[in-house]
Amino acid sequence: MRRIISILMENEPGALSRVVGLFSQRGYNIETLTVAPTNDPTLSRLTLTTSGSDRTIEQITKQLNKLIEVVKLVDLSEGAHIERELMLVKLKATGAQRAEIKRTADIFRGQIVDVTSSVYTVQLAGASDKLDAFLESVGDASILEVVRSGVSGIARGDKVLAL
Amino acid sequence: MELLSGAEMLVRALKDEGVETVFGYPGGAVLHIYDALFQQKSISHVLVRHEQAAAHMADAFSRTSGKTGVCLATSGPGATNTVTGIATAYMDSIPMVVITGQVQSDWIGDDAFQETDIVGCTRPIVKHSFMVKKTEDIPATIKKAFYIASTGRPGPVLVDIPKDLTNPAVTYEYNYPSKVKLRSYNVVSKGHSGQIKKAVDLLMAAKRPIFYTGGGVIQGNSAAELTELVRKMGFPCTNTLMGLGGFPGDDPLFLGMLGMHGTYEANMAMHHADVVMAIGARFDDRVTNHTSKFCPNAKIIHVDVDPASIAKNIPVDIPIVGPVDQVLKEMLEQLEKTDEKPDQQALEAWWKQIDAWRAYHGLRYETKPDILKPQGVIEELYRVTNGEAIITSDVGQHQMFAAQYYKFKYPRQWINSGGLGTMGFGLPAAMGCLVARPDATVACVTGEGSIQMNIQELSTCLQYNFPVKIINLNNQSLGMVRQWQDMQYQGRHSSSTYEESLPDFIKLAEAYGHVGMRVTKPEELEGAMKEAFALKDRLVFMDISVDPSEHVYPMQIKDGSMRDMWLSKTERT
Repeated sequence: MRRIISILMENEPGALSRVVGLFSQRGYNIETLTVAPTNDPTLSRLTLTTSGSDRTIEQITKQLNKLIEVVKLVDLSEGAHIERELMLVKLKATGAQRAEIKRTADIFRGQIVDVTSSVYTVQLAGASDKLDAFLESVGDASILEVVRSGVSGIARGDKVLAL
Repeated sequence: MELLSGAEMLVRALKDEGVETVFGYPGGAVLHIYDALFQQKSISHVLVRHEQAAAHMADAFSRTSGKTGVCLATSGPGATNTVTGIATAYMDSIPMVVITGQVQSDWIGDDAFQETDIVGCTRPIVKHSFMVKKTEDIPATIKKAFYIASTGRPGPVLVDIPKDLTNPAVTYEYNYPSKVKLRSYNVVSKGHSGQIKKAVDLLMAAKRPIFYTGGGVIQGNSAAELTELVRKMGFPCTNTLMGLGGFPGDDPLFLGMLGMHGTYEANMAMHHADVVMAIGARFDDRVTNHTSKFCPNAKIIHVDVDPASIAKNIPVDIPIVGPVDQVLKEMLEQLEKTDEKPDQQALEAWWKQIDAWRAYHGLRYETKPDILKPQGVIEELYRVTNGEAIITSDVGQHQMFAAQYYKFKYPRQWINSGGLGTMGFGLPAAMGCLVARPDATVACVTGEGSIQMNIQELSTCLQYNFPVKIINLNNQSLGMVRQWQDMQYQGRHSSSTYEESLPDFIKLAEAYGHVGMRVTKPEELEGAMKEAFALKDRLVFMDISVDPSEHVYPMQIKDGSMRDMWLSKTERT
């Protein structure tokens, strides 16, 4: 099952490599990964998606918690949460396609952020499956380049992951 | 206000941590540190002949004394030579601080002479590591390193220090922090009382209980509490390879070691138990055999300081996360307060069954008139040392024979590389033990394969007068490899023998300035061993010819349950 694990960790050199290293050492997989400092510059927030049985996920969270630089973590997929990923897509946009791509981008609430005579660059944010659906809608033939940020997430309601 | 250089701060910080001995080897990147060591008297230094040995010595010093061992190596090859030693300590959860020199800060990343990213190399095998960036951070980093290494589930911590930070010309004010505060590292100090109560209730209701205890009892200094608890309950107790000495080996409640080469009775009792109380053990694959067939009828209680150990390999019914000594103390307190008693009738039947297993196939081996059996050598070693020696071992058949036949009475009496299985550990380990306990009798049980992996340390032994007794069970082959080849590869001994190329160990020992003794006949053994141990101030290398065809039994059958074992070359359960 797919899980979103969000980690608050010391913003120190080497901390990221310990987290990533743990996954390769113990044979866990990382599907997406995103990391940046928080409002408190001494802390970074790292969000990753992974998949595995309940037992594997339990081991992953326990092993992550053992890392000295990991301050706190939460498995967002255990409760209600908001999940977002940012995507920039460069699409072939000539002839009739130009209007079609604009329409599709509108349907997905995407924005065209760069335009040339033959190319549109669309910016789209949402849950990962929405981004997948957009790519499917425009079709492989028009896609020139895709860049995705990886999943970020936050719990709904009062729950916070902070010090 | 005291002004010290980085090198002086490091040495002073070690002193402030109570360090008396550092094991190491000098080189370019640590020369400032060695100069600072030279100019003081509180900390002595043991110069090894290979950095791997320095790491093993620091590790064994720690295993013997319970204090954190320290080793020091230069950058590049010096640092990488410690890697096997660090991994050994990591697998057995041994507190150790490894200090490595690094090339000067502004050369890092330039592929400088003797540069290695040792923090990167060791990342998967350390509890934590630091690369010091500023000289003034040295004291606080050392404080953190010792704190992390020795608390919770212990482990090795590496501190990498670039050479420019130890420059004697630049000085700073020295302040050693009295406390460490790490917001991201919190050690569990107490087990959950409700869980402990549940465990007590389950033990009281048990019909076929067993204590299964590991290295956590030794590292957690809880052998006394464990012994009291086991005796109070009257339950059988088995130890893992790492847990030997946690419960007295000569106690009638002791079933011996369990697992791959565990005793018949220990493995049978585990398989048939209805309650397994695991303490400071980690359900290692060398214990459980196939996990899906492990203890099919048992409820499992698991006490461990590391939450990640719990339910890692085997699902657990009552997990208790906490320091073993505290949990056992609380358990004993709860037992004091209750009028309940274990089910005596059920226990009697259980012991009757266990005794029947013991009678059917307790530890045994066949003797031959003209050749020594390795098991017999260990039994003789036990007799000659009154069971009081510290025994270190290397890895292979001799290690298993020592674990089976030397009945360890005390914690920290049995020093071996259990998790990583490091050949070459035994001799430097024996040296580390002697630094921790200079008056102890220390024997290194080894084989002609393992001993050659760190034999250069015979030279260190002469320099510092470490009177190790080396018990070399010489079967002229890599015995455990050969055993597997006999059992699984139709006797094709691929690269497990050395034909006529073995050295004359007697001459070798003498060349290093020690005493060598050769034993080839059974009738020579007792006298020679007594003579060797009577030479208290000398290292004696006993090269003992043993039956090369001997196998270690029992041996669990792969993918079976705990009760599936070979009992000899021809009998199986």
